[in-house]
Parts: sequence; structure tokens; C-alpha cells
Amino acid sequence: MMNAVPDFAPAFPEIMLVLAGMVFLLFGVLRERDSMQLLTGAVIAAMLIAGVLILRQPDTGAVTFGGLFLINGFTGFAKLLTLGGAMLTLVLINNWAQTAGTARFEIPILVLFATVGMLLMISANDLIALYVGLELQSLSLYVLAAVHRSDLRATEAGVKYFVLGALASGLLLYGMSLVYGFAGTTTFAGLATATASGGNIGVLIGIVFIIAGLSFKVSAVPFHMWTPDVYEGAPTPITAFFSVAPKIAGLALFLRVLYGPFGPMLHQWQQVIVAISVLSMAWGAIAAIAQRNIKRLMAYSSIGHVGYALIGLATGTLEGARGMLFYMLIYIVMNVGTFACIMAMRVNGKAVEDISALSGLARTRPMMAAGLAALMFSMAGIPPLAGIWGKFYIFMAAVNAGLIVLAVLGVLASAIGAFYYLRVVKIMYFDEVGPVIERPNAVTGTLIAVCSVAMLAFFIVPSPLVDSAAVAAKSLFPG
Amino acid sequence: MITGTLAIGLAHYLTVAAILFTLGIFGIFLNRKNLIVIMMSIELMLLAVNLNLVAFSAFLGDLVGQVFTMLVLTVAAAEAAIGLAIVVVFYRNRRSIEVEDINKLKG
Repeated sequence: MMNAVPDFAPAFPEIMLVLAGMVFLLFGVLRERDSMQLLTGAVIAAMLIAGVLILRQPDTGAVTFGGLFLINGFTGFAKLLTLGGAMLTLVLINNWAQTAGTARFEIPILVLFATVGMLLMISANDLIALYVGLELQSLSLYVLAAVHRSDLRATEAGVKYFVLGALASGLLLYGMSLVYGFAGTTTFAGLATATASGGNIGVLIGIVFIIAGLSFKVSAVPFHMWTPDVYEGAPTPITAFFSVAPKIAGLALFLRVLYGPFGPMLHQWQQVIVAISVLSMAWGAIAAIAQRNIKRLMAYSSIGHVGYALIGLATGTLEGARGMLFYMLIYIVMNVGTFACIMAMRVNGKAVEDISALSGLARTRPMMAAGLAALMFSMAGIPPLAGIWGKFYIFMAAVNAGLIVLAVLGVLASAIGAFYYLRVVKIMYFDEVGPVIERPNAVTGTLIAVCSVAMLAFFIVPSPLVDSAAVAAKSLFPG
Repeated sequence: MITGTLAIGLAHYLTVAAILFTLGIFGIFLNRKNLIVIMMSIELMLLAVNLNLVAFSAFLGDLVGQVFTMLVLTVAAAEAAIGLAIVVVFYRNRRSIEVEDINKLKG
């Protein structure tokens, strides 16, 4: 069954990215001048090539490396989303590093390695492969959080992220060891067979530990405590990266693990996911109300969004998986646009993070205010902006799966959450003119415009995107 | 040869590993002193997992658990290196690695 030489073709995009990363690293070390700008371009080009390679992979899927690595329509879709989020935030990161004078060639390379880790964990078909991919991602992210070495807040964010991230990895591993011991295998296919008869209590405890570890990584309540601090402390574009790519990869991994090897135990883990989802939506909505710092606000906002996405996971149905993928697609665009706005919040050459700095923005920078308002309306789920469509498909899936209480709680939470999004709009449009915010530079300005127009114009073309999410979700359910 | 009720079986290994793992978690949350102690607690958790994996591997007669252990050991080394590096940068800015001094970001 196992060949002497494995089939490299399915993993070719990842192999190419890793090799490119090592070449770039050598190049950066050997070159006298700092080459961040150049290497950012090179990393984005490598990611584009990887994206094209992933698009050209066969839809039928394949398994290679002795069953450790799997590709199919779902992994392809999730990988394209991850790469898209990483490329958009890389543009922001480069823009920040050049203006803030913190350009270091390691930054794009760390982003590249973190992204490869995400792609590997999306494709993992074995607990061991999952762990290695997840750690490649996490270790790169810890360094990225503290990459602004001379900044006390950034290094503190790095320390907190490292300690709690390592704790999460420990929980995940302990769960994996229990699952291995009580099911006798680490391969996803073997686990699906072992749990088909309902599984035993040892496996169930292992699954709970694994869910706890993964919840840490996607910052779902009650494992969210690192999120606001890390979001606030880390440099803004790095925070944008944290809020996009690892979330998509983590949620895709959640889908793969719970629908694949542990799919037969749906009724055992479903209540755990429902509880985590409700807590995340509620805490994301309530705790955000008191925030003054816009990055902390975005942290609670992303906790809430993860809660909505987890509704899709809790359904255990194809419709739920589709809704979740579609939700993440919209979430990327909303978040990148909002973080571009936060990066544009500069007064007299210094970045400001207080929400009150936005007061009267509609009169001083009407275009930026309109863009941010569109993004905030979309996050709050006001029709006809894109955000409502993501929530609509998720809630429909929950109703059709019989989780009506969960859908009602989701609608309630999004009504509470709308309050703080709309407060930002109110501050921009109805408060007295405060400090004058500088004109956004070309890069942030373009991103704000593109993302907000995408939110506004989205209702024209939702169906092709929903269809491709549906096709992707279908490959989670073989046979 | 020790036989009968005195023999060390799978359950004993699992109990020791569970105790070590719990000690690691408490070490992270109850420790108010020093970041290095937290790093030791993280290591303790990972070693408890390794003990679990090796015990299961021997019990099941399956080598995969030991392969997994090797990978966990390797990753733990990388994790410790990165963790210490972050602690060093933090120390340069704060001149302290007391847990109480990690307080610039509220929460």
C-alpha cells in the first residue's frame, strides 16, 4: 500500500511555498540593505502562484504521504481563503513597516511560514500532521506578535500570546493522546471507523480537550482571554493578520476534525459547540460595549463573529458547513477593510487607537467615514450589505437543523452587537469635530475603498460565491 | 518479577500523566512569581502528554505513539527557544520577568 516514494503532486503548493520561504530567508540574510519591500512582493507572488496551483488541482481530491495529507474541494476553498487573507494583510503590513520605520525582512517570511502552517493544518489527515501544521502556524505567530522588539506593549502581547497559546497546544495534545489511546489510531480514516459505533468515554474526553485547544486558537469564549490584549498590543497590521488568516484556518480545521474522524459522534460534541457558540456571541456583543480602544473593540467583534461561524459547525450539516465558509469569506473582506481604516487613524503623524478620535470624521474625511460606516453596517448585519447574507445562511442552516433556540440567540446577540458598531457610525457622523485625522495613504485608501464597495455591491452577485462554498462543503461529506 | 496487584499497568501511567498535566495547568494559572516557572509548567504539560503517548504505545503494541512523542519533543524544543527569546525581548523593555509586571495591557 505504501510506496517507497510518496506522490508529491497534491502537496506541491505547500512544498513550493516552503522552498520559496527558505530561499527568501537566505536572500534576506545575505543582502546588505534591508529587503522587506522586495521580499513582501516576492512572498505575495509566491502565494499567488500557490493559489493558482491549488485552483488547478483535480476536484476529485487525493491522499498522499501514507495518508497524512489530503486534498479535496473543501481544502482547496479554505486554502484560497487563507491565502487571500494573508496576501491582503501583507500589503497592510508592508505599508505600516515602511512608514513606521520598523522594516525587517523577517516579517513577510514569518507571515509566509505561518501561512504554510495553516495550509498544512487544513490538509491534515492525521492527528500528527494536524499538530505539526498547527505548531508551525502558532510559533510563527508568537514571533510576529512581538516583532516590534523595542515596544513594551508589543512584547507583552507576545508573552501573553505565547503562554496561552502553549497552554492551548498542551490541551490539544493531551486530547490527542487520549484519542490515540482509546481509539488505537491517529489517522482520520481510522478514527472515523473507530468512532462509527459511538466511541467510548475516553475518546469523548479526548475530543473535549481537542475542542478546547482549537477554541483557544480561534478565540472562542471561554478560551478567548488572550484575544483583546494581543490585539491591542501587537502592531495594527499584524493584528489584522491575526484576525483573518488563523481564524479561517482554525475554523476550517474545526470542520475537518469534527465532521471527519469524529462525525459519527455528532450528538456527543454538538452540545459543547452550541455552548461555546452561544457564549462567544453573547460575550462578544456585551463586553465590546464598554471598550474605548478600537483594536479591543475589534477583538470582541471577532470573538462574536467566531461565535456565529460556530453555529454552522454545530449544525453538523452540509448547509451549515456551506454557511460557515461563506461567512468566513465575507468576514475576511470586512476585517481587512476595517483594519485598513484603523491604520489610517493617524493624527499629527502618530497612530491613535481611541474611538473618540473618530469624532466628526464625516466632516473632515467624508470618504473615509463613508467607507468605515459601510464596513460597520456590514458587521452589524444591516441589509443589504454583505454581513447580513453571511448571517442569513448560518441562521437558516441552524433552523433547518432543528437548532431553533441557537438561531434565536444568534439573532438576539447580533441585535446587541449592532449597538456598538452603530455607535462608531454615530461618533463619526453626529459628534463634534475632534482631532483631524490625516488623509489615508494610497495603500490604505485603496483597501478601504475596495472592501467597502465590495460590502455595498455584494448583493448583486451572491449566488456564484454561495455556490462555490456549497461545492466546497460537499466534499466534507463523502458518499 | 512483580506480578499480581503490584504490577505497574496502563492505569498507573495514565494517573501519573494526569497528575503531571494538572500540575502544569495549575503552575500556569496560580503562579504569581516568574515567567520562567510558567515555561517550566508548559514543559511539564508536554511531558505528561509524552508519558501518555508512550504508555498507550506500549499498551497497544503500536509504534505510532512513539513517533508522535519524538515529534512532540522536537516541537517542544522549538517552542521553548521561541518562548525564551520572547521573554528576553520583554525583559529588555520591562527590566523584569515577574508575572505581576505583565500589566501594561489591561485584562
